[in-house]
Amino acid sequence: MENNIWLQMKDYFNNNMDSFLIAIKEHLEISLIALMIAIIIGIPCGYVCVKFKRLEKQIVSLFQVLRVIPSLAVLLLLIPVMGTGVKSAIIALVLLAMPPVLMNTVVGLKEVPDFMVESAYGIGMTEKQVLWKVQFPLAMPLIFTGIKTAMIEIIASATLAAKIGAGGLGGIIFTGLGLNRTDLLLIGGITVGLLTIATSLLLELINRTMMKYKYVR
Amino acid sequence: MTQKAIEISNVTKKFKQAEYNAVDNVNLTIDEGEFITILGSSGSGKTTLLKIINKLYEPNEGTIKLFGEDIAHVDSVQLRRSIGYVIQQIGLFPHMTIAENVATAPKLLKWNKKAIHERVDDLLNLVGLNPSDFKDRYPSELSGGQQQRIGLARALAVDPKIMLMDEPLGAVDAITRLHLQDELLRIHGGLQKTFLLVTHDINEAFKLGNRIVIMNEGKVCQFDTPKNIVANPADEFVSSLIESSRNQGKFWEGLG
Ligand SMILES: Nc1ncnc2c1ncn2[C@@H]1O[C@H](COP(=O)(O)OP(=O)(O)OP(=O)(O)O)[C@@H](O)[C@H]1O
Ligand SMILES: [Mg+2]
Repeated sequence: MENNIWLQMKDYFNNNMDSFLIAIKEHLEISLIALMIAIIIGIPCGYVCVKFKRLEKQIVSLFQVLRVIPSLAVLLLLIPVMGTGVKSAIIALVLLAMPPVLMNTVVGLKEVPDFMVESAYGIGMTEKQVLWKVQFPLAMPLIFTGIKTAMIEIIASATLAAKIGAGGLGGIIFTGLGLNRTDLLLIGGITVGLLTIATSLLLELINRTMMKYKYVR
Repeated sequence: MTQKAIEISNVTKKFKQAEYNAVDNVNLTIDEGEFITILGSSGSGKTTLLKIINKLYEPNEGTIKLFGEDIAHVDSVQLRRSIGYVIQQIGLFPHMTIAENVATAPKLLKWNKKAIHERVDDLLNLVGLNPSDFKDRYPSELSGGQQQRIGLARALAVDPKIMLMDEPLGAVDAITRLHLQDELLRIHGGLQKTFLLVTHDINEAFKLGNRIVIMNEGKVCQFDTPKNIVANPADEFVSSLIESSRNQGKFWEGLG
């Protein structure tokens, strides 16, 4: 039996290497696009929250609600609004990824000590310079953690995107479920797992090179 | 004729929710080239006063003039670039190397690379830290006292006419401290700058200041030369300060 699965998997790779690679490419594509959008919206939103304290409660609680809704529900809810396809999938993934990016931006910026900001103003930096040269760099480690969490969530949830016709590795898994084929389930599942590990390692590497000062000695 | 570098008139600062004025109707006139030390108990408003001078805080009342110009009418960024400020918490940027930290102000003023490079080396030598050894380290790789010296170097970087220093030697050991005090006197005398230095250490205040501001509960108790203060303490608080220092002296004599 076990032998059988290995043979089946080998067989799959022999015959379907092309579609396997395309599935990986699709999966990574929607994941990266969703992550980028989540970062581009999430970080400025986080900054706005910190700068205008009145807005913070509203924005943060909105995203806390969003966080509680399961990814599948978000996807299914979007179908009547957006229809099926890549666009809906990306929007759903962005909604999933925003909370960790936004919240960690808020916490990261808030954790920069007041005296550090004062020191920067004291030297004669403008508000913009304080933000770019001091506040964001010091908040970066936490923002990065948020991005990593978002990335892992996105790659896992992108599997569901196949359900609404957006392709990706989910396709292999759903086919496996439909045909009751363990080999396909294994291939899909393990690949998603490996992608998650690989991307978080990559992000950690970037994190360490960027935040060298945190790791001296 | 010497110019008036700093004129503080009727300055009062009350923080929201505070019951007392953190700085209470302070009047000080400081000439260019003076080395003023500010001595006072914890919470007496020393830090607040310095922050009002470089517009980190706005006073509720009163005016401050630097070289005759009311700072209320000067752009805060420009003002701060012309004043050296060493904050009490040192405040080195942890994500920048020592060289980058010291170069912060010159970079803001867009000096060229070579000039910045040379200036950083000079400043590190000035505060007694070997440039090649320290330049590429991060602040977390320095001792507290070394960090304070970098803070001093950073504030001196663009050769400001006025230096505000909030306990710049608080974390330095006694011997290095004496050495740096002499350094400060030398830097001050050589450059004709106006220094305002906050300290808790009465010996330091009397050694460095040509005049001393003694503060208590937001008010200036006395502003005079060391000699006059010792000869005629203005009030109870000043006498008790001097008394405590004398007692320490006796303690040492007792041991000897
Ligand atoms: N940002 C602030 N908000 C509210 N109150 C403040 C603030 N900064 C200082 N205070 C209060 O103002 C008073 C004077 O504080 P300040 O920091 O000027 O004292 P200090 O003389 O520098 O004391 P220390 O020697 O301990 O540094 C204190 O009672 C302090 O609690
Ligand atoms: Mg203070």
